[in-house]
Amino acid sequence: MGPAALLLGAIVVYPTVATVARSLYDDSGNFIAAGNYKTLFGTADILVAIRNNAIWVIVFPSLVTFLGLVFAVLTERIRWSTAFKTIVFMPMAISLFATGVIWRIVYETDPNRGVINAAVGTVADVIHPPGMYALPNIRPISGLTGTAEGGMVSKNAVDAGHALQLGLTGIPLSAVPPAAQAAQAPSPVAGAVTGEVWRDFSPGGHVGVIDPGEKGLPGMRLNLVSADGHTAATTVSGNNGAFRFDGVSGGSYHLALDAANFRQPFGGVNWLGVQSLTPVSGLGTTGQALLAIPLADLSAIVAMLWMWSGFAMVIIGAGLAALNREVLEAARMDGASELQTFRFVTFPLLRPVLIVVFITMIINVLKIFDIILSLIPDSSQQQANVIALEMYRVGFTSFTGKGLASAIAVFLFLLVIPVIALNVRRIRE
Amino acid sequence: MTAVATAARTASAAPPRRARLRRLFGRSSVNVVLVLIALFWLVPTVGLLVTSFRPAQDYFSSGWWHAITTPLSLTVMNYEAIFKGGGIPDALLTTALITVSATVLVVVIASLAAYAMVFLNWRGRDWVFVVIVALMVVPLQMALIPVAELYKNVRLFGTLPGVVLYHVAFGLPFAIFLMRNFYTGIPKDLLEAARIDGANEWMMFRRIVLPLGKPALASLAIFEFLWVWNDLLVSLVFLANNPHVPITVAIFSQLRQFGANIDLISTASFISMIIPLAVFFAFQRYFVRGVLAGAVK
Repeated sequence: MGPAALLLGAIVVYPTVATVARSLYDDSGNFIAAGNYKTLFGTADILVAIRNNAIWVIVFPSLVTFLGLVFAVLTERIRWSTAFKTIVFMPMAISLFATGVIWRIVYETDPNRGVINAAVGTVADVIHPPGMYALPNIRPISGLTGTAEGGMVSKNAVDAGHALQLGLTGIPLSAVPPAAQAAQAPSPVAGAVTGEVWRDFSPGGHVGVIDPGEKGLPGMRLNLVSADGHTAATTVSGNNGAFRFDGVSGGSYHLALDAANFRQPFGGVNWLGVQSLTPVSGLGTTGQALLAIPLADLSAIVAMLWMWSGFAMVIIGAGLAALNREVLEAARMDGASELQTFRFVTFPLLRPVLIVVFITMIINVLKIFDIILSLIPDSSQQQANVIALEMYRVGFTSFTGKGLASAIAVFLFLLVIPVIALNVRRIRE
Repeated sequence: MTAVATAARTASAAPPRRARLRRLFGRSSVNVVLVLIALFWLVPTVGLLVTSFRPAQDYFSSGWWHAITTPLSLTVMNYEAIFKGGGIPDALLTTALITVSATVLVVVIASLAAYAMVFLNWRGRDWVFVVIVALMVVPLQMALIPVAELYKNVRLFGTLPGVVLYHVAFGLPFAIFLMRNFYTGIPKDLLEAARIDGANEWMMFRRIVLPLGKPALASLAIFEFLWVWNDLLVSLVFLANNPHVPITVAIFSQLRQFGANIDLISTASFISMIIPLAVFFAFQRYFVRGVLAGAVK
């Protein structure tokens, strides 16, 4: 007991008191009472850290308890529950720091590199397939106006029996489909709108003229748009870039090149970026510090769920196993369905266990530090900052700020005091 | 409840074949969902593992899963490079030194202190236990600044013993709590009988309490081991000027250029995980027991 008391006294108890005292002084040792605390609540960076901790506390403990409960209940129904539990529980052995590294690779923005963006991209490209002409510099040059993003439309109106020439440029030769044939000037056909869409560029060629050697653009999707903005017909250009709308009734039309022709493939979500999920563009610095929800926070929460769900599952699973089977059987005998048994019998009996998990997770999340350092890139860390990290930054990465850092530590301490009180009461009982 | 009962009776009257089909379908859908979840849990770690076996330039050209179709592109180059350079092996050794010393100290001190808490009668015993429970959740951050100054005065700052002592101090409350809870389950009659037979406290501790307490000690040791092995903050603060840093700190110093250093980062991260994972798989049972016993930490 002797050495324990000595160590606890010298390294835990005395410093805790010293930190509280220290938080009332500035760096040159002057007593400034609540001065550091005023700075704490007046600094946007620290408010951002507090806000992020608040987001963590609101989102994470309930999610992880929920997942743990679901896993614990579901694993009771499978034969390979030991294997499943081992897999989900395994990340508990890994450091938070390494978890950050692991998930940073998972979250890479480029769909070629990050596995989540690759998965999202596969789905996105099926729903919105990228266009044949998804080229960065493609633009209209003759007979057309508009942009690749918004779609292009013919400069001139056309009616049945006439032809249009639509020239594009900014297409590297390598990007011209191999099936493309030489472009040909379109000939008018009675009762039809005809035309040619082609790569209007060749050395020594003229803009707006189909010069020899210039290729047609196959596979281009075209819409025939009536004067009231209605799409009357659609078609796709042939291998030589020629297109033809038959049976066009009277009136004048424009030709539109659908934006889908130029749609870029899925470029990847920047999961570790700080774009806010709540609209905050109109707010000042303090308003943003209080109300923004950066995406990086939620991504980090997912990584943390990966790490801690196994913990919740194991504890809740043990609670489930300890439940009185007879009570459950009785409920079933009375004819309660699975869902009813769970809702009215299992869940209330499990409540104490769920609360333990929930509270443990709150403490856990208040002290969160390593995973932010390793998961979130420097460019986002300011916005994804948390209290423990800010305390380290203020107290140890500069020569000043020990008083303020102490105040931040005390603030963190105050947040866990209710939990301490709760634990002590539970032990006393 | 009557409504429920009626509903159930109607349900049980349904053709048994359909009920069986539905149950089968229900079970297989649970299986499918859990397989997907298990995959989601495995993929990130596999990603790190595969990345650590790929040349750095491959990280920029394609995702790690491409290596599954081109296994010949994998190489042990990164591991060779890391073990040739001294930095990471040295860091691994530093981590091991800190972890083993802290674990041994915590286990020894806590098992003795818990013995005193349970089997010796002294004034203020219950009060001390309340303090220990309270200390269990005190954030590490609360003591960093004063202890750093204290360490500077006694020349412990920047030294491994300083880091070890900090870990031991913050590990003790939980350790004593865990051991005390276990010891209270040992019948006091056992010790009384030994005392009558003339055994002194030390003999009773060695011969009775320690052997009985083995499972709890194992849980505690594993917990403490993982906790210290995986630490970043304490070493980051107290080893600021020391060239010998643990592996987490060593990797941290490379993070600024995540993509460019990915060969080193992924490989070193995986190396840093191997021992905790081995400990986890070897002693999973005790680990789970520790988790269940100390859910408040």
